[in-house]
Amino acid sequence: MRALCWYGTNDVRVVRVPDPRILNPRDAIVKVTLTAICGSDLHLLDGFIPTLKRGDILGHEFMGEVVAVGAENHTLAVGDRVVVPFTIACGRCFFCQRELWSACDNSNPNAWMLEQAYGYAGSGLFGYSHMMGGYAGGQAEFVRVPFADVGPLKVPDALSDEQALFLSDIFPTGYMAAENCNITPGDTVAVWGCGPVGQFAIRSAWMLGAGRVIAIDRVPERLLLAADMGKAEVIDLTVTNVFEALKDATGGRGPDACIDAVGMEAHGATIDDWYDRAKTATMLATDRASALRQAIHACRKGGTVSVPGVYGGLVDKVPLGAAFGKGLTLRMGQTHVHRYLPMLLDRIVRGEIDPSFVITHRLRLEQAPEGYRTFRDKEDGCIKVVLKP
Amino acid sequence: MATIEMTFPEDSREALARSDRNLSEFERWASMAAGTALAVYGLSRLRSSGWLYAGLGGLLLRRGVTAHCDVYEALGVNTAGTRSDTRAALRGARGVNVLESVTINQPIETLYRFWRNLENLPRFMHHLQSVERITDTISHWRAKGPAGTIVEWDAEIHNEVANKLIGWRSLEGSGVVSAGSVNFDAVPGDRGTRVTVHLQYSPPGGRIGAAVARLFGRDAASEIREDLRRFKQLVEAGEVATTSGQPRG
Repeated sequence: MRALCWYGTNDVRVVRVPDPRILNPRDAIVKVTLTAICGSDLHLLDGFIPTLKRGDILGHEFMGEVVAVGAENHTLAVGDRVVVPFTIACGRCFFCQRELWSACDNSNPNAWMLEQAYGYAGSGLFGYSHMMGGYAGGQAEFVRVPFADVGPLKVPDALSDEQALFLSDIFPTGYMAAENCNITPGDTVAVWGCGPVGQFAIRSAWMLGAGRVIAIDRVPERLLLAADMGKAEVIDLTVTNVFEALKDATGGRGPDACIDAVGMEAHGATIDDWYDRAKTATMLATDRASALRQAIHACRKGGTVSVPGVYGGLVDKVPLGAAFGKGLTLRMGQTHVHRYLPMLLDRIVRGEIDPSFVITHRLRLEQAPEGYRTFRDKEDGCIKVVLKP
Repeated sequence: MATIEMTFPEDSREALARSDRNLSEFERWASMAAGTALAVYGLSRLRSSGWLYAGLGGLLLRRGVTAHCDVYEALGVNTAGTRSDTRAALRGARGVNVLESVTINQPIETLYRFWRNLENLPRFMHHLQSVERITDTISHWRAKGPAGTIVEWDAEIHNEVANKLIGWRSLEGSGVVSAGSVNFDAVPGDRGTRVTVHLQYSPPGGRIGAAVARLFGRDAASEIREDLRRFKQLVEAGEVATTSGQPRG
């Protein structure tokens, strides 16, 4: 089959590889009908995530048709059309049974690597480095899905692939970010980053009862989409002092909740961003965190900062004093995708949201390297790339 | 009133095992005789180099009296016949000692039953090739050594309390000296079962010993930790997570 493989920083290629096969009794093999490039895939392209190896197949947002199932998989059948959560979870451990799916104890064969860095290891992920399990990803014609009896969600015929695909990651991720804000009716929610996750966080904040949503970015077409489809007030951080603007907009009180949907490769416009660039360039720090700093700084007293943006390592100059002084709640983490699937599918079926609104580029799998570059450089109005194998 | 002292063969063997002895009776007496002779010779000519002979004689005398030789200990040599006794060989710092635990989301009974069938162990202990049941308590173990070698020994379950603990040790005369135990404790609040494994291995010297040392010597703790992780995956999820055999570019 053909698959998109990582060969080094800024080097991804579509190559021929062997087809995947069933390796464990609860596995399934899925013939991919649609897959996407995630913003977090750009961290891989840019070499920000360690323990990738040459030849690793990337991709963790995908859906398709079941073409084989393992002997112990009694919930899926050949021919089922499914969308697959990017977190791999066994469904039976302490964490899965408490709905903390992305903390699954049993799905990461390289847990020891992550334990070195984090103390304890989270679940395995598709196509996201060896410390995250080393599983081959879904930017390919076929993909092996472990624990396929608890993960994949069957998609009703009425929905198109483009409508269902984002249940694999960015829709639940944006939703969990908003849910983590403990929104009460009328709350003001500020969202840093109007990429795909930010867009879904904005839509989800409305679903959960926000009174106002304010979106912050530096890319005009993303701000436009946030205003247009997200009905958000927007702040362009390149021309506006974000803190002052948020303070003014909230009558001097500050937003009730702040969402950092940017993560470790922030492109800020403040002095600390240049400081981060210098430190990461010289390997003195691993992550650039200007969005997180701003979110903590801008949040009202007793408010919540929710972080769906990915961080991987050590972050310097986090204003913990401000977080403590204002009594903030910080919430973050990989999405517990499985928890949200039936409810979010229902919202799509009912027509409350059509997740395909974020798609700007539709390419063939062969064009994936080009898609990565366009997405990374935010050229050509690129917000979300989907690939058809 | 006279007291009658009863001696059982097992008691003396036990005492032998508990002691530091690593010399046979013959070697012990030879040491004492040679030591005495050297000491007497040395003391008689203290004016020249006699003190050297006296000192050497004293050391040999001590070696004979205590039946313990430091050089033998460092070399892993034992002529006292206590070597294949697991208690003697693994006592104190002599064996490789590993203690690891894991919490598993399964009832004690299930885990105890799974472990009591020692033939299950190679399913998650990667260094083991097979464990073959001979009787209810005696089993034959085969482990993978480096460079394709196989290490084999017999072991017996010498202690078991249903749903609480299982203890096993290698039989006397085995090429490998090892002992292990596993404890099962319920975690309060319906939070599963804590499984604690204590393993001891003693490299007995020679080629087999070196192989075992390489197997367990360097980082026995992480070896066992990974074994326990696989055990947890097997009994919780029904399979051991793997990527081996998947495609790559």
